[in-house]
Amino acid sequence: MNDEPRRRLAGIAPRPGAPKPDPILIVEGTSRAFGGLRAVDVEWLEVERGAITALIGPNGAGKTTLFNVLTGFDRADAGTWTFDGVPLRGRRAHQVARAGMIRTFQLTKALARLTVLENMLLAVPGQRGERFTGALARTWRGQESRNRRRAQLLLDRFGLSPMSGQFAGTLSGGQRKLLEMARSLMADPRLLMLDEPMAGVNPALRRSLLDHIEEIRNEGATVVFIEHDMDVVMGISDWVVVMAQGRVIAEGPPAVVGRDPVVIDAYLGRGAKADR
Amino acid sequence: MDLLRILTDSLRAAVGVSAAAYALAAAGLNVHFGYTGLLNFGHVAFMMMGAYGTAVTVDQGGPLWLGLLVGVAAAALLGLLLGIPTLRLRADYLAIVTIATAEILRLVARSHTAEPLTRGVFGIQQFADPFYALNPIPLGRYGFGSFNFSHRQLWVVLVGWAVVALVLLLLTALMRSPWGRVLRAIREDEDAARSLGKNVFAYKIQSLVLGGVIGSLAGVLLAVDTQAVNPDTFVSILTFYAYTVLILGGAGRILAPIVGALVFWFLLQLSDGLLRGAVEAGWLGSLIEASDVAAIRFALVGLGLVLLMALRPQGILGSRQELLTDER
Repeated sequence: MNDEPRRRLAGIAPRPGAPKPDPILIVEGTSRAFGGLRAVDVEWLEVERGAITALIGPNGAGKTTLFNVLTGFDRADAGTWTFDGVPLRGRRAHQVARAGMIRTFQLTKALARLTVLENMLLAVPGQRGERFTGALARTWRGQESRNRRRAQLLLDRFGLSPMSGQFAGTLSGGQRKLLEMARSLMADPRLLMLDEPMAGVNPALRRSLLDHIEEIRNEGATVVFIEHDMDVVMGISDWVVVMAQGRVIAEGPPAVVGRDPVVIDAYLGRGAKADR
Repeated sequence: MDLLRILTDSLRAAVGVSAAAYALAAAGLNVHFGYTGLLNFGHVAFMMMGAYGTAVTVDQGGPLWLGLLVGVAAAALLGLLLGIPTLRLRADYLAIVTIATAEILRLVARSHTAEPLTRGVFGIQQFADPFYALNPIPLGRYGFGSFNFSHRQLWVVLVGWAVVALVLLLLTALMRSPWGRVLRAIREDEDAARSLGKNVFAYKIQSLVLGGVIGSLAGVLLAVDTQAVNPDTFVSILTFYAYTVLILGGAGRILAPIVGALVFWFLLQLSDGLLRGAVEAGWLGSLIEASDVAAIRFALVGLGLVLLMALRPQGILGSRQELLTDER
């Protein structure tokens, strides 16, 4: 286990909006309302580079909405956020992805009638053959065979290579989660935003997904993942951010956040402290 | 009833100019619907651009080749105009806008205001003579027995199917490339494509324009064959014949337009011949009259399509596994 990011974050005061030594993402005054409901209202949030940050909170806390806003799938009513120093507000989803911030979805989006390998190849950025004129020029073939080799390596790592020629729609729910994660790695993410990667997954596969997430971090990418089961995040995250009712109500190392009475309140309601 | 005659007539229809034109129309729809998942219900508008672009240009004194270019360019422009406002919206909006646009264009072409260009309800005739002047085939009839074409028909048929072949070759190259992969990804889930950095809107526009241009070639072919354009030829039902051809063949398959068009025109002519034969022989009594046949044969083709959907919903060329693969 690589505890370097954890050590780097150890000295930071565990309070909402805490500054980090080397943030890759800084969110400032960002809000999104649906009618009268303030789904997201984040005053300040920094995500440390090269660490695994868990974004937790009860249902309806605004975690997914925050993801949608940051990745260009939804618009913010106010606020700014910068990714590696580049302001991203107003960028469209594909532009955000090209900048290196790749997201996955809570409801897995395997492209059912593409093969597993095609799913992987699709994700590679900067393909000459994806341009209309480039597609006809056929100069994309060299690039394609290099991508193919890389995809095979990743499929091996995620245990999906036996299925590489099958339609993704034939995979089980858990395999789709693995495919989506592997596919997002093909896009060379600097920041990987995983929306409930462990939802609806059996315990054995959950362990393997967690291992993959750690490996991704150890290779140098930054990971933010949404989870609402607190126990899952304890072992793996270097930092935990807790949202409730659209706001960041606490953040800190997992052990500290797990004991925080504010967090326990948010999860279990007031008066539940005694049981915990 | 002359069964041999009916069969050869049906075969002639299956490989005829109309079949080639519908194969082209369906190939355009295949780009839209089969590969990108765009619901274009106004394909006839693209066909009309091709036909009228050609006819009007020649009628105004331009050469035929320029007419072809004008028709294709008009279709590309129509694709842009339709796509830019609608393709950011949900799929059903494109369907509504395209079907309405097709009707509007037809009504404009037949209106009094447009008469200086389109000659209104009278349409334009005899604009394709230069094409027939190029015919290298010597005068005569070609074929076996009653399965034969005049040198003039044969020339259009050959050119028509040659264009179909070229278009399908182009589409094969495109759909096997990473570009085609992005289109299919958009068909499956456009948000997933977006999340991987693909500019979904730009691809949809390209798809709409490419399929529209191919559809316009179908219109040019029909116009050149009959040497006539008339607004009332370009009614919405043509769009749905093209869909029938595509779905018969199997949407999302390169060769589907050819197979679908052959089967569609063969069955249409066969049922027509059989019904007429039966009416003439008096077998149907007063149940069906000769004047009803034209309508009833379409009902039969519809019935055939219903049976196909029940027994082989993926179409003739489609893969059953692909169909059963659901989104879950």
